[in-house]
Amino acid sequence: MAKELWEGNAAIAEAAIRAGVEAFFGYPITPQTEVLEHFSKRLPELGRVFLQAESEVASINMVYGAACAGARVMTSSSSPGISLMQEGLSYIACSEVPVVVINIMRGGPGLGNVQPSQGDYFQAVKMAGHGDFHPIVLAPANVQEAIDYVVLAFDLAEKYRTIAMVVADGAIGQMMEPAEMPPMRPVRPPEERPDWALTGAQGREPNIITSLYLGAENLERVNLRLQAKLKEIAANEVRWKEYSTEDADLLLVAFGTVGRVCQTVVREARKAGMKVGLLRPVTLWPFPSGRIAELAEQVRGVLTVEMNAGQMVEDVRLAVEGRCPVRFYGRMGGVIPLPDEILPELEKLDKEC
Amino acid sequence: MATVEIPEDMELVFKYPESLTERHTHYCPGCTHGIIHRLIAEVIDELGVRERTIGIAPVGCSVLAYYYFNMDFAEAAHGRAPAMATGIKRVSPDRVVFTYQGDGDLAAIGTAEIIHAANRGELITTIFVNNAIYGMTGGQMAPTTLPGQVTTSSPTGRDVETAGWPMHMAELIGILPGAAYVTRQAVLDVPGIRRTKKAIKLAFQTQLAGLGFSMVEVLSTCNTNWHMGPVEALEWAKEHMVSYYPLGDTKMTDEVRALKEGK
Amino acid sequence: MQEAGRRIQEEIIISGFGGQGALFAGQLLAYAAMDQGLHVTWIPSYGPEMRGGKARCTVVISDEEIGSPLVRRPSAAIVLNIPSMEAFEPAVKPGGILVVNSSLVPQKSERDDIHVIYVPASDIASDLGNVRLANVVCLGALIQALGVIPLEAIERALDDHLPERHRKLLGLNKEALRKGAEYGEH
Repeated sequence: MAKELWEGNAAIAEAAIRAGVEAFFGYPITPQTEVLEHFSKRLPELGRVFLQAESEVASINMVYGAACAGARVMTSSSSPGISLMQEGLSYIACSEVPVVVINIMRGGPGLGNVQPSQGDYFQAVKMAGHGDFHPIVLAPANVQEAIDYVVLAFDLAEKYRTIAMVVADGAIGQMMEPAEMPPMRPVRPPEERPDWALTGAQGREPNIITSLYLGAENLERVNLRLQAKLKEIAANEVRWKEYSTEDADLLLVAFGTVGRVCQTVVREARKAGMKVGLLRPVTLWPFPSGRIAELAEQVRGVLTVEMNAGQMVEDVRLAVEGRCPVRFYGRMGGVIPLPDEILPELEKLDKEC
Repeated sequence: MATVEIPEDMELVFKYPESLTERHTHYCPGCTHGIIHRLIAEVIDELGVRERTIGIAPVGCSVLAYYYFNMDFAEAAHGRAPAMATGIKRVSPDRVVFTYQGDGDLAAIGTAEIIHAANRGELITTIFVNNAIYGMTGGQMAPTTLPGQVTTSSPTGRDVETAGWPMHMAELIGILPGAAYVTRQAVLDVPGIRRTKKAIKLAFQTQLAGLGFSMVEVLSTCNTNWHMGPVEALEWAKEHMVSYYPLGDTKMTDEVRALKEGK
Repeated sequence: MQEAGRRIQEEIIISGFGGQGALFAGQLLAYAAMDQGLHVTWIPSYGPEMRGGKARCTVVISDEEIGSPLVRRPSAAIVLNIPSMEAFEPAVKPGGILVVNSSLVPQKSERDDIHVIYVPASDIASDLGNVRLANVVCLGALIQALGVIPLEAIERALDDHLPERHRKLLGLNKEALRKGAEYGEH
C-alpha cells in the first residue's frame, strides 16, 4: 500500500480499525478529539460500535464491559481524561481483560493547556490506577510508529490479557506525515470470542469476571499471578530504537516527540565533532533498562531530555546505577525543547565527563 | 440438589430456579435481597434466557450477587454498572443484560451512568434496590435516606437543610425519553412480592422486545442497620418508605403497555 | 529538480489569521513534497482559537528522515498578516526566503541577508474573485523561489486534496498559484 499523508490522531483511529477494533467508547478532549471524530464516521460505516459517552469515567467502564464480553475494544483520551479513567484501568488490570487505551498527552497539572507534553510518564508507567500493576506502554515518535504501535497494542493486550497504552503527545496527534496503513484485518466474529468471555453460559459453567477477592491470601495469590505475568512481559516485550550508538561516548535518552527532536540533535552534535548517540525507548513499560545499562558502560555520560520536569530520568538513573553521570534537560507546560537548546546541554555534559 | 422422583399422582408446583446457584447467601437474616434475587431468577427461567443472560453486580451488599446467580456475571466499580452493561450490550446485542444496584451505587456515585444509560435507551434492565441506607459499610446515610432518619453518618437524623433531599430515582428516570418502562415496587408483603415479580418480568420483556431502557426500583429493608427485627423493618418500610416513595409506574410507553396487555 | 548531490532540507513556516488558509497552504506543500518522494512533516500550532485567531504551521521537507518537526529559525516563511511579519521576519535563517502578503502588511523588511518577496496577494486574490485565495498566491511565489518542488506538484495536490466544498474553485486556485509564481521568479 502506498504512503498517504496522515494526521496522527486520524491515523491512530484508522490503524485501530485496520487492526479489527469492534467498538470505541470515548469522550471529546483536545488534543485527541480527532481520534473520536474519525471513529464516529468510520465505525458506523463498517457496522461496528461507536459511542460518545457522558464522561471518561463512563467510557472506560463501557470499554471494561465490552472487553468482558470478549470484544476487541479501545478508548482514547488526553491527560485529564486519563486521570478520570484510572479507576476503571485498575479494575481492568485486576480482571485481566485486554484493553487498548490511547493518551495524547497535554500540559498539566490541572486543566493545564492543550499543548504537547510528556507529563503523564509517571501516571502511565508507574501508577495507571490504584494497586500493583503496569500497563504495557508504547511511545511512538512519528505518525508511522503511531499506526504500527496501535496495531501492536491490540496484539500485546490480547496476548497477555492486559492493558496496552499508546502514549503520544499533542504534536504527534496533530501533525501530518506520510505513512502507510496496514491491510484491513477481518473483525473476529462473536462466536470466536475467548472462552473466558461473558457470552452467556450456554452449555458451560458461568464465567465470572471480578476484581474482588476477599481474604488477604486470596488476593495475594491473584497479585502473585499478575506479577508473574508482568515479569513475562518485561522479559519478552522491551522495545527501543538506537541512533549512532556504535561509537558513541555520550548518550541521549528521549522518547516520543522530543525523542525525534534528539535525532536532529545527534546529527548536529556529530557535525560539531561530538560522538553522540541516542536511545529512544519505544516501550516505556517495560523499560529498556538492560540496554541502557550496557550503553552506560560504553559512554562517559547520559543526557535525558523530556517534555516534563524529569520523570523518565529516574528510570534511566535506576538503569545506569551510577556507572556514569546522568543529567536531565526538560521543558514543561507544552514547550517542545528544540535542538539549539539541547546542544548546549550536551556540550556541558561533554566538558563535565 | 438432590433429585427427587415425582410420583405420577403428584405435580411439581415449586422448585429451586435454575438461574440461582445453591450457594448460601451472605445476606443478613431478614434481608430482602434473597427475595429479589429469586424473583429475577424465576423470571429469567420463565423467559428461558439464562444461557444468554449477563448480569452486572454492584458495589454494596449485593457485591457478591454473582455467587448466587447461575449465569455469566461481571462485577462493576461502584456506580458504573450501567456503563459496563452498555459496553456489553453494544457488542453483544443478542444477549440479555441486566444490572443489580443498590441506592448508594445507583443514586449517588453512579447517578451520571444510570441517567445517561436510561436516556440513551440502552436495551438493558436495571433492578434498583432501595433500602434507604448503606448496608455494606455499616449503616451510613444514603441518597434515599428519609428526612429525619438516623444513620451512622446522620446521627441526629437526616437534616435536609445540610444533607439535601432523598432522591426519587424512578421519577427522575421515568421522564427520560430513552426509558421505556420504569416502575417502583416493594417486596414488603406477599402481594407486593407478586407485583414486583410481574414488574421484573415486564422489564426483561421490554428489553427482549427492544423497546428501550427498563428499570424496576424495589423498596426493600435493612433490618440490621435499621436496628429492627425483620418483621418490624417490613412494617417500618410500609409506613415510612412507601408514603415517601409512591409505588407504581413512572413510565410505560404505549409499546410496553401493549406488551403487558399481550397485544 | 535539484543538482546532483545537493541535500534537501527546508523548514517553512506559514502564518496568518485563522481563516486565511495558512494551514491548507502548508498541507498542499506537504502533499506535493510527499508525491515527490521526499520526507515531510506538517505540524500546526493549535489551540482554542478558531476563525480570526492565529493560525500557523511548520512544514519540514527533507531527503532524509526528519527529526525535529519544529524549528526556531525556518529557511522560509510566508507571512499573511502584520503579527506574522513581526514574529517571523526576524526568524528566517540568513539566505532564506520571506514571502510577504503586501496587501495586508505595509512594512518592509530591513534585512539584507534574506530574499524578501512582496506579493499583493490579497489584492490579486480579490481580482481573481475570492480574497481567500491569498494563501495560494503566496504559496506560488514561495514554490517558484524555493525551486525544490515543481509548481505542477502543487497543482496535482490541489486536484487531489481540495476539499469537496471548494471543488468549484479548483481552476481559480491554479490561477492564483500561477499568478503568485510570477512574483517568485528571480
